[in-house]
Amino acid sequence: MAALSSLRVAVPQLDSRRTLPCSHFGGAGCEKAFFRCQSSKLLLGAGCVAGEKAPRVAGGGNVRAAVSASKAVTEKPNSGSKSDKADLLVTKDEGLELYEDMVLGRSFEDMCAQMYYRGKMFGFVHLYNGQEAVSTGFIKLLKQTDFVTSTYRDHVHALSKGVPARQVMAELFGKSTGCCRGQGGSMHMFSAEHGLLGGFAFIGEGIPVAVGAAFTSKYKREVLKEEGDMPVSIAFFGDGTANNGQFFECLNMAQLWKLPVIFVVENNLWAIGMSHYRSTSDPEIWKKGPAFGMASAHVDGMDVLKVREVAKEAVERARRGDGPTLIECETYRFRGHSLADPDELRAPAEKAHYAARDPIVALKKYLLDNEIATEAELKSIEKKIDEVVEDAVEFADASPLPGRSQLLENVFADPKGFGIGPDGRYRCEDPGFTAGTAQV
Amino acid sequence: MPRLLRHELLMFEALREGLGEEMERDPNVCVIGEDVGDYGGSYKVTKGFSEKFGSWRVLDTPIAENSFTGMAIGAAMTGLRPVVEGMNMGFLLLAYNQIANNCGMLHYTSGGQFTIPVVIRGPGGVGRQLGAEHSQRLESYFQSVPGLQMVACSTPYNAKGLMKAAIRCENPVILYEHVLLYNLKEKIPDEEYTCCLEEAEMVRPGTDITILTYSRMRYHVTQAAKTLVDRGYDPEIIDIRSLKPFDMYTIGESVKKTHRVLIVEECMRTGGIGASLRSAIMESFWDELDGPIGCLSSQDVPTPYSGPLEELTVVQPHQIVTAVENLCGKK
Repeated sequence: MAALSSLRVAVPQLDSRRTLPCSHFGGAGCEKAFFRCQSSKLLLGAGCVAGEKAPRVAGGGNVRAAVSASKAVTEKPNSGSKSDKADLLVTKDEGLELYEDMVLGRSFEDMCAQMYYRGKMFGFVHLYNGQEAVSTGFIKLLKQTDFVTSTYRDHVHALSKGVPARQVMAELFGKSTGCCRGQGGSMHMFSAEHGLLGGFAFIGEGIPVAVGAAFTSKYKREVLKEEGDMPVSIAFFGDGTANNGQFFECLNMAQLWKLPVIFVVENNLWAIGMSHYRSTSDPEIWKKGPAFGMASAHVDGMDVLKVREVAKEAVERARRGDGPTLIECETYRFRGHSLADPDELRAPAEKAHYAARDPIVALKKYLLDNEIATEAELKSIEKKIDEVVEDAVEFADASPLPGRSQLLENVFADPKGFGIGPDGRYRCEDPGFTAGTAQV
Repeated sequence: MPRLLRHELLMFEALREGLGEEMERDPNVCVIGEDVGDYGGSYKVTKGFSEKFGSWRVLDTPIAENSFTGMAIGAAMTGLRPVVEGMNMGFLLLAYNQIANNCGMLHYTSGGQFTIPVVIRGPGGVGRQLGAEHSQRLESYFQSVPGLQMVACSTPYNAKGLMKAAIRCENPVILYEHVLLYNLKEKIPDEEYTCCLEEAEMVRPGTDITILTYSRMRYHVTQAAKTLVDRGYDPEIIDIRSLKPFDMYTIGESVKKTHRVLIVEECMRTGGIGASLRSAIMESFWDELDGPIGCLSSQDVPTPYSGPLEELTVVQPHQIVTAVENLCGKK
């Protein structure tokens, strides 16, 4: 198990001599550049030189011990070597499930790009290509009763959580059969059935919502004395969000009350055109957890099996009532920030580096090398997904646009909120009201 | 004949009674805010609740308005009914992101899948020399957010009734309390009751002019009314109570009777509740009006600390008397 797993877990002790192996351009195991600056002039402030280990002073002051800290294991490349059966990280069923979920995410997003350029969807569309290992690695461990919040880059989180591709595509096309009746759009995917609490356009604003769902879980235990597995919540967000106030406020509250929530940072190094290193005084986000007494980990987010292993520990910690975890996933988006982004700032070398670490290719290799699955089985999954995505497009195309009556229907859960009209009746009692013809 | 049993209390006690009754009735109702637990709330609305209901149901939060309001919203989406206390309503400016984007809009953007039955409440308005930042009127800032209901209480009776109704309502409701009204005393029914969130309250029927007001200004209006009555006027005073939506029936019936309107509010002039109300009345009852709608609002000034200056920023009874005389003509 240890051979292919890699966990760098924050043990919150002050260690001014600590260095960390670079997981970047030099490849895993390279100890050249702490701040990954060697190959790209765009990454500023690193001050590193090839071959030299950059010393790093961890934040000052005493830090209380994290709730649990796993052993830190030197990272080894997850490529090539065949393992013993006992060392395998997934069963066949699990492996195929993970593969299918990541392929679904990738194919769906690729189709979104096509549909956008064909004028079927509009506005701001943010694609997840390249980050599939994070969504699949975490969400496939969850139950339907667990909760997820995301950001505007939420299509794949929705799919992993079980929202049917048809409903997501129809939502993107603005059709009334979409998961939000066409009222949310790309950045606001919701599903009560699948525990998807959104889809948020402003970064940071979804994190408190996840904390709130975790609060409900704990409240139901403590106050309503409900039994059974405690539902956990996961908040997904990016590196840019980790500089936002709500992030820090929520780390504090979640740890203070030991809420069953997991904070997952999808660090893809860029917030639109702002490099993580240009905006962040201490770029190691995982180290911020221990400042709140929280267990934290850093993981290679391009490797779904590594992600899954770290995720398992975090989910278990949350479910047994031991509180939150902060996990920073090093990942990368293969496309621009959104379909409107010309993506001119990122260095070709950086893009090429991560393209070579495509999580789907990596999993495929692992499954084949370890004879967990055959080429034919994987191909048949790919074919199935192609059909699912095609079907989603056909469904969305054929679905109706919302009628006028839908405009006012969901402004209030109780439409009495529209008030009492001059005739003394509640406006919503007017038969013309939901057709949007009544006065408001 | 059975006598209606009543008991006397102060407005903050009425709020407490209403909140306590709802917490007993429904175990999903909880309170979230700064100093609501051990301290009993900034104006003692939750005094004794922590001992009675426990610290999960009366949650003392760190100072993080945006996040704990967002947390309340997430909790509401997943089955709880939180009552969020802003220690001073002004502090909820920190929570504007959550109140506008999630509280108001999330039911809609989710296509109706999630409800947000939160109540956001707390003391606001101009007090006694509390300084600009503690003297804010957030009703004008939040009124545009679609999906929110807003009510303002002004008596122990309607405070308890509105608190209960707001908690039972499936929509997010902002309940505006006023710092200077917490010690108002009144006898209220022993029997359980709620007030309608969308209705206005008739304070004094009359024939000459419709005076629309809410919260603390109700008392400046009633004080001015004494002088007006002495001078031969017969004002109809309505406490609109529901700041959003407006009760256009009660207001309309009054306008049809008196044909003159004066709005008296504590909001700033620009973009206040009065501005919206004026426009709504003109749109619906233009033909009923005999003259322009008057609107007395606070000055567009950060509330000064010094006493005389502070007095000048809010509407005083003598200004109300003058305005009525101008609108109705001298008697």
